[in-house]
Amino acid sequence: MIIDINFVGLIIASIMASAVPLILASCGELITERSGVLNLGVEGMMIIGAISGFALMTVTGSLIIAVFGAMLAGVLISTIFAFLTQTLITNHVATGLALTIFGIGISAMIGKNFVGIPGKEFPVLFEGLKDTIPLLSPILFGHSIVFYFAFALPFITSYFLKKTKVGLIVRAVGDSPESASNQGINVRLVRYVCILYGGAMCGLGGAYLSMIYTPQWIENMTGGRGWIALALVVFSTWNPIKILIGAMIFGGLTIIQFHMQAIGVRIPVQFLTALPYIVTIIVLVVISRDSRKIRLSTPSSLGKSFHKNN
Amino acid sequence: MHKFLIRSFVSSLVLLFTLTVAAVAKDVKAAFVYIGPTGDHGWTYQHDVGRKAVEDAGFKTTYVEGVPESADAERVLRQLANSGHDIIFTTSFGYMNPTNKVAKEFPNVKFEHATGYKREHPNVATYAARFYEGRTILGTIAGTMTKSNVIGYVASFPIPEVIRGINSFTLAAQKVNPNIKTKIVWAFTWYDPGKEAEAAKALIDQGADVIAQHTDSTAIVQMAEKAGVYAFGQASDMDKFAPKAVLTSVENNWGPYYVDRVKAVANGTWSQKDTWHGIGDGMVVISGLDSQMPSDLQAKVKKLQADLASGKVHSFTGPIYDQKGNLMVAEGKTADDGMLAGMMTYVKGVEGDIPK
Repeated sequence: MIIDINFVGLIIASIMASAVPLILASCGELITERSGVLNLGVEGMMIIGAISGFALMTVTGSLIIAVFGAMLAGVLISTIFAFLTQTLITNHVATGLALTIFGIGISAMIGKNFVGIPGKEFPVLFEGLKDTIPLLSPILFGHSIVFYFAFALPFITSYFLKKTKVGLIVRAVGDSPESASNQGINVRLVRYVCILYGGAMCGLGGAYLSMIYTPQWIENMTGGRGWIALALVVFSTWNPIKILIGAMIFGGLTIIQFHMQAIGVRIPVQFLTALPYIVTIIVLVVISRDSRKIRLSTPSSLGKSFHKNN
Repeated sequence: MHKFLIRSFVSSLVLLFTLTVAAVAKDVKAAFVYIGPTGDHGWTYQHDVGRKAVEDAGFKTTYVEGVPESADAERVLRQLANSGHDIIFTTSFGYMNPTNKVAKEFPNVKFEHATGYKREHPNVATYAARFYEGRTILGTIAGTMTKSNVIGYVASFPIPEVIRGINSFTLAAQKVNPNIKTKIVWAFTWYDPGKEAEAAKALIDQGADVIAQHTDSTAIVQMAEKAGVYAFGQASDMDKFAPKAVLTSVENNWGPYYVDRVKAVANGTWSQKDTWHGIGDGMVVISGLDSQMPSDLQAKVKKLQADLASGKVHSFTGPIYDQKGNLMVAEGKTADDGMLAGMMTYVKGVEGDIPK
């Protein structure tokens, strides 16, 4: 079969679109984890963002309110997690799991009245340029603002962690909260902020699903993407650029396997559907196997509670 | 989960209350067990519409949503059976074993299992709808409306119900347009909007201009709307989600059957049986036809609908060949229910292999 160059562009564009929620949630969680906090509530925060965004869009009719409202909802639910783990010093793993269960439950409850309502159309940018350059046009143009933000985010995150003072503080808090505290850094405050930021990005990732990707509300519509985002953070060894690569591979294989099915490639479908999970992990493990770099980028105090006075 | 806990708590209160009431009144009470949320469209919603019809007929009903197809199902069933329900409808295939197991423990309670085939005890009946008749209509429309002659089909799991749908759809489409190709993509999910949308997008990118689905969310029709191709609604009328794309929907209509069976319990005439109703009995309903369909096609569809209802036309009328060219149904014959129930081979004209 002759492969049309615009067809390739279309496929890449759909791969990128499917990677957006993963990139947003992973980059948010990465900052949280870099500050030494393991928040397993990504799925819960995403689903809260999804319902909040959809509900606000339906009720207020304003997409701006809906997008920021979804981020705020992510912040609010992660405040619960921050309060429990940072102020009451509860276990990160248990609290994070509870957050996911809570998020799924409460989103279903809020969402009761929003099932079966069609979503609004989300405006896209540069639509007029869609047919100008072969191959690149569908990739570059005609996407939502959230799409462009998601692809800038790994680079911003990388710059933030490596080149800015605040980024260094976040890393210091994640690597050795004791030393950071001795330097006069308010560890609890830094961790609070990082948790809330993670919540905002997860909320945005969820809202992308319910408002832009498949504009509708359905119970459990994040469908485990929060867990994949969490896995991406770990397998990318806390490197935002590798998150981008991992999310693209995952999204890519999910979509390419559908294309392979439609073309009629004779590979067992079950294998094809498992492929994104297997290959994403293998690739990330292979590109991150430098143990020195892993040691450098793994937040040493990840998941450990910090008491100022102990 | 906590929603379920609250519901369990509330239903235990209801149980205490009803046990006292049940001693006085001898009303028939029906319970429904749902796999998903009742929502506003889709598989569970349609069952709940049926439940409301039972309420309207003057019976008391209860329902439990979001029951996993696991040991949880047994627990819910036991609780419902214990709390004075006379008939329990279990509305998903995966409840088959739990239903039969619990039915054995409660011989006085009637159990009705949707889409299953096991009736191990005299108090278990099964029922299903001949959705493939609806797909004959969709295939006819798709074969007529396609310009690219490529029809996309998003399938869920390789079980006879789904294969039968693909076959019935393809046979009907071929009949009106021998040049069509049906491209199948297996999503391996009943309900994941993101995945369903991606599957539909892949088919559209490969040239499909009509998309059929055997998954439950509205993501596919929305994707079709965005891409400017046609699609069909599944289980409920999905027209409002994609007014331009949706040509019609196949709706599941359980109400008449539910009312019938609950009444049978009240009259003491309930007996075990296996029900498989189609368009003729009103269990499968075709929604309004979109005005983009030419009027001769609309007339043809209406006629086909009437003929399927009367039995004049059967979705699987010979000669039907499988992919290798072996005769499945001889000329002038129709496939019997046994063959339909176990259908695990594609007919000629479907591309690809069935995942094993």
